[in-house]
Amino acid sequence: MSPDESSLPAAPLDGNAVAGLLREVFIFDATSATLTCGGCGAIAQVGSARLYGGAMGAVLRCAHCDTAVLRIARTPMGLWLDMQGARSLMIAPNGAV
Amino acid sequence: MALQNGGALLGKWTWREFEGLPQTRVKVDIHCVTTWSKLDTNWQGVTIDTLLQAAGLSEPPRPYVMLHCDGGYTTNVPVEDLINGKAMIATHFEGKPLSPEHGGPARLLVPHLYFWKSAKWVRRLRFIPHDEPGFWESLGYHLYGDPWREQRYVGD
Amino acid sequence: MSETNTLAGPQRLLWRTAEVREVIDETPRVRSLFLSVTGWSCHRPGQHVDVRLTAEDGYQAQRSYSIASAPEAPQLAITVERIDDGEVSPYLTTEVRVGDRFEVRGPIGGYFVWTAALGGPLFLIAGGSGIAPLMAMLRYRAAVGSDVPALLLYSSRTFADIIYREELNQLAAASDGPSVVHTLTRQQPAGWTGPARRIDRDMLTEIGIAASAQPRVFVCGPTSLVEQTTQSLLALGHEANLIKTERFGPTGAPR
Repeated sequence: MSPDESSLPAAPLDGNAVAGLLREVFIFDATSATLTCGGCGAIAQVGSARLYGGAMGAVLRCAHCDTAVLRIARTPMGLWLDMQGARSLMIAPNGAV
Repeated sequence: MALQNGGALLGKWTWREFEGLPQTRVKVDIHCVTTWSKLDTNWQGVTIDTLLQAAGLSEPPRPYVMLHCDGGYTTNVPVEDLINGKAMIATHFEGKPLSPEHGGPARLLVPHLYFWKSAKWVRRLRFIPHDEPGFWESLGYHLYGDPWREQRYVGD
Repeated sequence: MSETNTLAGPQRLLWRTAEVREVIDETPRVRSLFLSVTGWSCHRPGQHVDVRLTAEDGYQAQRSYSIASAPEAPQLAITVERIDDGEVSPYLTTEVRVGDRFEVRGPIGGYFVWTAALGGPLFLIAGGSGIAPLMAMLRYRAAVGSDVPALLLYSSRTFADIIYREELNQLAAASDGPSVVHTLTRQQPAGWTGPARRIDRDMLTEIGIAASAQPRVFVCGPTSLVEQTTQSLLALGHEANLIKTERFGPTGAPR
C-alpha cells in the first residue's frame, strides 16, 4: 500500500533524524535541547524522543509515555510546528552539555 | 468502536460485536496527498450508514464528525461525506485483515477525500456541531481534502 | 546593554555545493565519499549532514548521513551503505564519480556528539553502518591525541562487512588507542575467536565498560540493535543520561 499519512513504522527512529528539519525552524540545534513532556513530565533531550513520520510530517513522541511532544509539517505556506505536547524546552548555551 | 455526541455515548461495540454487524465490500480508487493514487483497491467493513442504524439513529445528530484514533490521531469529516454509502469503517484490504502498519484492525475509509482522511486505528466517532481541525488539519493540511480540487493544504 | 556581534552566533543552515574528491569502497555494499564543500564550517564528532540530489527533471531526494571524518581532516567524509531499492544510496555507492557535485547541508545535530571535554571513559557500540559517527569520534580522538579510555564494540554480519577494518586495527595498535572488539553475527572466518552473536547483556558484561566506571555511551545502528542494547545497558546500571543513541532507518526521516 502507500507510504502515506501518519505511518507508525515498526521501528521508529529518533529525534536525530529530524535534526535537519528542526534546524530550519530553530537557529540552534534542537536535538540537544532538553524537553519536559507535557504528558508525563519526563525530562529528556529532543534527540532521544521517538520519531514517527511519513509523507505527512514528523511526530516526535515522548519515549516514556508516547505523548506527541513535537509535530512538524511542511506545506507550501511554510513549516508548521506544534509543541503543545511539550511543557517546556530548555536550550543550554552552545557547547554546554 | 464508539459513537458519541458531545459527552453522550450513542453506541458502543466490542470487536466481536462490531465484526457481527452487516459487512459491505467496495472497490475504490484512493488518492494520497503526495500525488500518488492507487486504483481499484478492494475493501471490506461496516458502512457508516450501518453503524448509525445499529446505534438506532435515524439521522446523524450533528453535521460534523471528529474521528479519534490510537496514538492521539484525529481527523474531521463532514457527516455528509460519511453517509449514503460514501464511507465505512474498514477491517479488510484485498481480502485480508488490515495489518497495523496499514491502519488495522480498523480504519476509516472515505475514498472520495484524500487518503489521510481515511484515519488509521479508529476508535471513536464523535459528532460535533462545527467543523474543527484534527491532527494534521491543525498543522497546515486542508480542513476538507477534496482531491478533485487538489485541496491538500490550508489555503488551497 | 553589552555589545552584540550580529555576525557571530547561530544562523540558518544553507545548502552548499559538495564536490566528490575521492571515493573508497569500504566493503561490497559500503562506500566512503570524501567531499570538498564550499563555505564549510567545522563540525563536531557525531554530527551529520543532509545530502540532496536533484534529477534533471527537478525531482529532489534527500537523506541524512553521519560525518565519518574528524573535524581536523581536510575533507568531509560520509560513509554510505547501499540500500536496494533506495532512492539515493544506489547513486552514491555505485554511480557517483570524482568530480560529481551535489548539495549538502550541515553540520547538523548536537545531541549525539562527543568531544574530549566531555571526558570518559568512552564506550562506543555500533551495528553495521552505525559505525560512521563513532568513527568520527575515534578519528577525532586520535587527531587531538586524547588519552580518554575508549572501547568500541562493533557488530557486523561477516568479516567482509566490517567497515574501516584496517584503520580500526591501526587505531587499536597505537599507544592510548581504543580497544576494539568485533562481533560477527552471521558468519565467522575459520579460526575466529571473537564473539559470534548479536550484542546482548552477557557480552556487555564480559566485554563492555562497567556501569560503575560511568562511561559515556554512544550506540548507533539499526533501531532494533539500539533499542535492545539500550535496555541491556540500563539493566546493567548505566544511567540513562549517559547513554546517547542514534537509530538508523532504511529510508531516512520525514522532510
